[in-house]
Amino acid sequence: MTKRDLIDEVNRRFPHLSRFDSEVIINTIFGSMVDAMEREERIEIRGFGSFVVKHRRARGGRNPKTGAIVSVSAKRVPFFKVGKELRQRVNNEQPDHEDSQ
Amino acid sequence: MTKAEIIDRTYEKVGFSKKEATDVVEATFDIIKNHLEKGEKVKISGFGNFIVNSKSPRKGRNPQTGEEIIIAGRKVLTFKPSQILKQSLNNSPSPSSSSSSSTSS
Repeated sequence: MTKRDLIDEVNRRFPHLSRFDSEVIINTIFGSMVDAMEREERIEIRGFGSFVVKHRRARGGRNPKTGAIVSVSAKRVPFFKVGKELRQRVNNEQPDHEDSQ
Repeated sequence: MTKAEIIDRTYEKVGFSKKEATDVVEATFDIIKNHLEKGEKVKISGFGNFIVNSKSPRKGRNPQTGEEIIIAGRKVLTFKPSQILKQSLNNSPSPSSSSSSSTSS
């Protein structure tokens, strides 16, 4: 499934929305998550999972092809931890509690 | 950030009711979960890919008793951030440190 398929499916569930509206909504959802990560804010979505930004320190590395020493600068990397409900569903386990509305 | 804040952001962006914004955001995550549950990949361009991987069973050991056990095979979900997301995290100044302006020296 791609973002386009996701937009189509949202659009099918909400037929009164224009395709453009659905597109704006999906882009806003992921855009706001990217913004939060840029602020290094933890994102927690119940029943889905959480996203955190981890820091990696600068380190020395090697070009595996030439063996030349290169320096890898410090960076920030996004990290996703799957939530319990989704972890169980992906593994086709019976969830031990339903917290759906 | 929680789902409530994501709902607020969409509510501000598109001019419909809070109830409707809530329903659409909930539906979005619901649809993603349904596809992942079926073992499908979900690829969100500019954000990343959610991929279901199968782990084969392997032997493990209870570190307390030394007893050998079989760890069952299972399916796990992994997230691979997109190049664009990784870049935007490293081009924007870090809020916790002011020493992140050295991209290439």
